[in-house]
Amino acid sequence: MPAFEPVLTRNFAVPDSQTLRAYESRGGYQASRKAITEMDPDKVVQIVKDSELRGRGGAGFPCGLKWSFLPKDRQETFMCVNGDESEPATFNNRLLIERDPHQFIEGILISCFATKAATAYVYLRFEYIHAFRIMERAIAEAREAGHLGKNIYGSGFDLEIYCHRGAGAYICGEETGLIESLEGKRGWPRIKPPFPAIEGAFRKPTVVNNVETLACVPHIIERGADWFKSIGTPKSYGPKLYCVSGHVNKQVCVELPLGVTTRELIEDHAGGVWKGRKVKATVPGGISMGVMSADEMDVKLDFEDIKKTGCLGLGTAAVTVMDDQTSMVDYLYNTSRFFAHESCGQCTPCREGTGWMYKIFKRIKAGGGRLEDLDVLTMMANNMGLTPGTTICGLADGAAWPVKNVLAKFRPELEEYIKKNQSSKPLVTPLQKAIAAGTVAEPVALGGRVYPAPQPALRSPGGS
Amino acid sequence: MASDVTTPMLSEAIRDKIRAFIPRYPNKRAVTLPALHIVHEYFRCVPYQAMAEIAEILEITPAEVHDTMSFYGFFPQAPIGDVRVWICRSLSCMITGGDEMLEHACKKLGVRSGQTTPDGKLTVEFAECLGICDFAPAALADDGRIFGPLTPEKVDAMIEELKKDKDPVDPTHGLGSSAGPATPSRPEG
Ligand SMILES: Cc1cc2nc3c(=O)[nH]c(=O)nc-3n(C[C@H](O)[C@H](O)[C@H](O)COP(=O)(O)O)c2cc1C
Ligand code: SF4
Ligand code: FES
Repeated sequence: MPAFEPVLTRNFAVPDSQTLRAYESRGGYQASRKAITEMDPDKVVQIVKDSELRGRGGAGFPCGLKWSFLPKDRQETFMCVNGDESEPATFNNRLLIERDPHQFIEGILISCFATKAATAYVYLRFEYIHAFRIMERAIAEAREAGHLGKNIYGSGFDLEIYCHRGAGAYICGEETGLIESLEGKRGWPRIKPPFPAIEGAFRKPTVVNNVETLACVPHIIERGADWFKSIGTPKSYGPKLYCVSGHVNKQVCVELPLGVTTRELIEDHAGGVWKGRKVKATVPGGISMGVMSADEMDVKLDFEDIKKTGCLGLGTAAVTVMDDQTSMVDYLYNTSRFFAHESCGQCTPCREGTGWMYKIFKRIKAGGGRLEDLDVLTMMANNMGLTPGTTICGLADGAAWPVKNVLAKFRPELEEYIKKNQSSKPLVTPLQKAIAAGTVAEPVALGGRVYPAPQPALRSPGGS
Repeated sequence: MASDVTTPMLSEAIRDKIRAFIPRYPNKRAVTLPALHIVHEYFRCVPYQAMAEIAEILEITPAEVHDTMSFYGFFPQAPIGDVRVWICRSLSCMITGGDEMLEHACKKLGVRSGQTTPDGKLTVEFAECLGICDFAPAALADDGRIFGPLTPEKVDAMIEELKKDKDPVDPTHGLGSSAGPATPSRPEG
């Protein structure tokens, strides 16, 4: 295979890569000009469809196909770009926005032209503070240069891009949760159908795409669908930003063709496992996707092969490496804590399931585990999520998968932990402790993310 | 709690800032989140009266604003410190020591997660993945400064720095050397 030449990250090392000048000097906004002045929207959709570009946000849905679901007779379309990126261990969208905002804007521009959207909302998680500032500036620059606004390139096509900032909720990354949040409501995912393509933001046909998905679009227009399909494995095409973090010497984000293995990522790009240790397990694509054991390190991280390991899918291709001293109990404690914290609470199996999973792992970790817990957990994991069909969105599947995978791959370790770690003292819950002491129980100590009682104002509001 | 007609909490300047968002969306309710952010940035909290006044500007009910506000564990009702710092506790950070860093910071400051130091300078909170896992275990200040990979010593240094002053908006947008102790890592191609 010829050496891979970076595509999405090709401008990252260029000085001032976030400026319009630098981007244009590297051939930027040629693809959008070509698409908007020489093609009609359906042609652009067809090219993207031919490239078989699959969504990079987690679900891997073919992008062109999604666009073709929009009703033909629609009056108005909205584009929502999913920059909520809250899946633990994932940070590639942040780099794409911070390092090359104009590539991203060009991607939005072409995609909006293809889907006939005149307004694009970039839903950016609040924590991406630099990325937000950079985007605002890049949008202003692009508008001034005529890449955005009215009658772009004299074609009669109008487009405005607005950044909409989130407020720290993971569930707003789910596409309909994002739409609800955009509309100014709580980020509760909607029951589908209707899918956003039919009835999305403000009850209008809406396209939701991930930042990285859209960043691929200008390159596909520029170099063609066949070029795109020449990268990657026989079934998963294109370049992908892989993130590697956790127990490695160098936590990085690298761009590679789809289909590298975890071993290659760790050894060739992340400088190996830290402290000279060995890998025990890796999380393949954000914690929702489950976990792979050390034996599965040669499985290709693409849309197909990864499923053979029993993982949910490629997800965001963000790998967390755990060394041989990591306890799987800690891992499950962490993932269950995350999902219990982030469940939006609409569906009982998810709200209660994630909450109880967290409580059980907390108890096991503290030395109060019982062997029967593992069967209860298996049953719970099998009964929550879109897979058994008991919830509205996929968060519950993400919560169940780590549990399912660990019980399938590391059950003996959990059993041993439970047997060896039995605290002789009866476990006292924080609530029991508080009652015994005659004090008021602290909600924080009981587990959930509850803010402590507000303190009296330190300064009078407004008098800063 | 009811809004007092004689003394509005939101100044005309803040109201204008909120109103400037209205043309961006097909309806006014969509401005709820931007409005909450504007108020929060100014007051470092979102008191009930402010919610009622936002509702008035957006022509929705105060309950609708409160409903949205309370969904996100982001907007406190009493002012937080001058700087708010989040310490990540999600997987990549936890396995590299995130939970211990949070504990260390809390102990050092004599507060619990979610609380503000008595001098009103710093609020420490845990957070789920901050999207800066290349700095794991990592922390993020609400002015955009990134800290990591943290060690107990680096947490001490971080606290010192955060207590000094708020970062003026950095002209290099975090990409220059003034972005704090850490320079963003470069992906390799
Ligand atoms: C719980 C949950 C969280 C999600 N979070 C994100 C996210 O942070 N960013 C993202 O792009 N997609 C996220 N998704 C996937 C989106 O629902 C959606 O599939 C995606 O944005 C579509 O874009 P794509 O086709 O370009 O991948 C999430 C899905 C679920 C179920
Ligand atoms: S599955 Fe969980 S997160 Fe998703 S809608 Fe239901 S309760 Fe909310
Ligand atoms: S896991 Fe801590 S920043 Fe992502």
